[in-house]
Amino acid sequence: MKMSFRSRKRKENEEFANAYAQGHSMAGDIWRRLLRDKSSVVSMGFLCLIVLLAIFANVLFDESLVTMQNTAIRNNPPSWEHWFGTDLYGRDIFIRMVFGSRVSLTIGIVTMGVSMIIGGLLGAVAAYFGGKIDGIIMRFTDMFMAIPETLLALCVVAAMGASAVSLIVAMTVAAVPGNCRLVRSTVLSIVDTEYVEAARACGMRDIGIIVKEIIPNSLGPIIVVSTQGIANLMLTASSLSYLGMGIQPPNPEWGAMISEAREFLRSDPYMCIIPGIVIVLTALSFNLLGDGLRDAMDPRLKD
Amino acid sequence: MAKYTIKRLLILIPILFGVAFIIFTIMDFTPGDPAIRILGPESSIEAREQLREELGLNEPFWTRFFEYIRGIVFDLDFGTSYRTNNPVFSDIFSRMPVSLTVAFLGMILATVMGLPLGVYSAVKQYSKSDGFLRVASTVLVAMPTFWLAMLLILIFSLYLGWLPSGGITYGWTSYILPTITVGVPYGSKILRMTRSTMLEEIRQDYVRTARSKGLPENKIIYKHALKNALLPVITTIGSSFGAILGGSVIAESVFNLPGLGTLIVLSIKAKDTPCVLASVLLLAFFFAIIMLIVDLIYAFIDPRIKAKYAK
Amino acid sequence: MSEKLLEIKDLKVQYKSGDTPVCAVNGVNLTLEKGETLGLVGETGAGKTTTALAILRLLPERTGSIESGSITFDGKNLLEMPEEEMRTMIRGEKISMIFQDPMTSLNPVMTVGEQIAEVISYHSDSKEGEDFSVDKRVDEVLEMVGIPATRKDEYPHQFSGGMKQRVVIAMALSCQPELLIADEPTTALDVTIQAQVLSMMSDLRDKLGTAMIMITHDLGIVANVCDKVAIMYAGKIIESGTLEDIFVNENHHPYTVGLFGAIPNLKVETKRLSPIDGLMPDPSALPTGCYFHERCPHCMDICKKTYPDVYTEGSHSIACHLFSKNDPKEETNE
Repeated sequence: MKMSFRSRKRKENEEFANAYAQGHSMAGDIWRRLLRDKSSVVSMGFLCLIVLLAIFANVLFDESLVTMQNTAIRNNPPSWEHWFGTDLYGRDIFIRMVFGSRVSLTIGIVTMGVSMIIGGLLGAVAAYFGGKIDGIIMRFTDMFMAIPETLLALCVVAAMGASAVSLIVAMTVAAVPGNCRLVRSTVLSIVDTEYVEAARACGMRDIGIIVKEIIPNSLGPIIVVSTQGIANLMLTASSLSYLGMGIQPPNPEWGAMISEAREFLRSDPYMCIIPGIVIVLTALSFNLLGDGLRDAMDPRLKD
Repeated sequence: MAKYTIKRLLILIPILFGVAFIIFTIMDFTPGDPAIRILGPESSIEAREQLREELGLNEPFWTRFFEYIRGIVFDLDFGTSYRTNNPVFSDIFSRMPVSLTVAFLGMILATVMGLPLGVYSAVKQYSKSDGFLRVASTVLVAMPTFWLAMLLILIFSLYLGWLPSGGITYGWTSYILPTITVGVPYGSKILRMTRSTMLEEIRQDYVRTARSKGLPENKIIYKHALKNALLPVITTIGSSFGAILGGSVIAESVFNLPGLGTLIVLSIKAKDTPCVLASVLLLAFFFAIIMLIVDLIYAFIDPRIKAKYAK
Repeated sequence: MSEKLLEIKDLKVQYKSGDTPVCAVNGVNLTLEKGETLGLVGETGAGKTTTALAILRLLPERTGSIESGSITFDGKNLLEMPEEEMRTMIRGEKISMIFQDPMTSLNPVMTVGEQIAEVISYHSDSKEGEDFSVDKRVDEVLEMVGIPATRKDEYPHQFSGGMKQRVVIAMALSCQPELLIADEPTTALDVTIQAQVLSMMSDLRDKLGTAMIMITHDLGIVANVCDKVAIMYAGKIIESGTLEDIFVNENHHPYTVGLFGAIPNLKVETKRLSPIDGLMPDPSALPTGCYFHERCPHCMDICKKTYPDVYTEGSHSIACHLFSKNDPKEETNE
């Protein structure tokens, strides 16, 4: 029954190696679990389609059709030639939506990325250094978060004038404080865990702890929130464009297109409904993908 | 509790000051000369210069900022609108009731809808009605406010003809669609939040203890789990009030309501800085008040916070 | 003289969450007489808590299911009882349970008084006379576990771990149940507090005449508190008997021997403790034959093929081929 010291040591090493190997296939595990979730797969499919259409828009379609007016075919309902119908200037709504997706996706993704990097750095600095620096950063986010996001974005647009760039700046300013808080609380919760304490006790240096423990473990929640954040930002961007505070006509943007079509709500409702459905489906896909990612990363939450 | 309330009120002051500073700074970047906007492009250079001097626009940034704050605190003076030449405060004050009505009705609708349905959905997890509520709330959260508003107009005013499509000339019926527009998406958000926190609470050890005590299931859900789940949900309700204020700006535009939201959009287009500044400041102030109330309710429910300030 | 209070026969419980069912309890047989204390011993994952939850029918609804067997309490099969009767007549009234972690088993937003009062008011209707008041009873039970009644309006976060566990015990005993199931009630407490809580529990048990199932992995607790012991391994009882049978008797299941080898002994000087080699089998893929054979130092061919019958000598029973009546070793010798 007694086990020699050496064989026990070997056994421990094997167990450790197994655990280590498991750790390395974490991303693979998450991916496999994600593929098992139907709504995530459908969402990813839809998003891939939209992204591919946006990337290859000018290969597949003639870009001049986006702005070329043809009053002979204005306000035509959906047909084989014009899948989504035509607008008040006789422009093909489908083609405008395809090119508009470039604008909407870029705004959503760039804003999310930039605001997450800035907010993330601030949040990580606040969490890591604590004390006065933490206090100052947090008081600032308190102030920014006391302003409703849409209103803050509106103010920035008002100051900068309506354009794609000012839209991105406006929404970034509005999104940074929230991301800063998220990253700060995530990092804090990880710093408090026993495994970080264990790493510290093993003599791992701060930089090592940050690279090996804190960053990999905080990545999960950040990815989930970013995915769903893109959806929210796209919705905000389209709302601001709808108010005339974002992308200016004749550039195609989904919200701006619906805004242009509102006069025809009674006579040609398809002009509003179809772009709206595309916005909803895109935002929905990002949200569902975020949900799926969260469940895949933490399977305990599922049942 | 009084001590806690006072402490929270004291925190409110620097926050509002900070909010004013942020918005003032952002609006200070607005290009163009306000004097030209007020006097018109044909005015003489001397007249413009004189007006600038009168308005204090030539003063350095900090002087202007503190002057502005002083005006608000002591004289309730938010400046003069470039667009209408009226004091900003009177312009805003006449439009405030509409905005606040929509925002508060929206918040009430969101809470009344989200909280019970969220609990129901969690209790009936995996059932058909849970599935339906989950899908519906997920879709509604992904809907742009303005598009939802347009759909509602299309269905209820244009096709069915039941409700007015805009304005406030039809009395209380004018508020129904805006309230739904603002309330339903945030109700869905509250529903999702309530469902997930309830599911989490139902799995807690203390619920198992309550079961082992032989309590009836509805007592376990409402007395034990819900009281704990309420804490994060109330925070969501409070913080989504900001989003409701933002949403009401959009709803007001779609429904053409004479509220603060339409005023802000109008003022931004006319580069009427004082008016934008004051409107946003006021809405931020209401948001802060709601957050304060939420914090107080939170402290009232959570004995751990209550105990801290009871002594 | 003695009367059967609880009899579990061939209880099997499975959890289904993934593709393969997890067999947590695989045919447990237990009997408990009135006023008796049984120690249920085994390592983590042996199925002790699952057995306890099955008695109260509190297994997670969607995933846990009782596959077969019967649980007879006071002459009634609990597994066939309607849920409503189970709730009003059994849980909290006749059978109470104390859970492992006092930190999480109390509701943080209700006062301890409220939480105790709940049990009493739900189960008091039939039992008590006119002068009965819930408030008075709450005071009584709190004093009984050594907490001043004045603290009943405080919240759980104002109590220390040991005090919280006292509250949980007060709650469990407030309706004078016939059976108390204590699931590792002291594991989460400091050692000094452990001793206090344990001695208080034994005192109360003796005073109230409550039968008790003490779930633990600490053989020291068993020796102090229990009359009978059952040792569980991979969802089965592999050895059971009176305290003397287990602690004094010569014959033991190899796993029991291993358990005793893994605790320090003051009388015998050893350089190292001798832990049991290996790990408990994966409950979703149990081995054929005896579940212990992979770790057993006395493993024989038959152990790999068939699960051993129970070998009984008086009150002592062991499920191991080593003690089987037609001993395989003897067979080969003849």
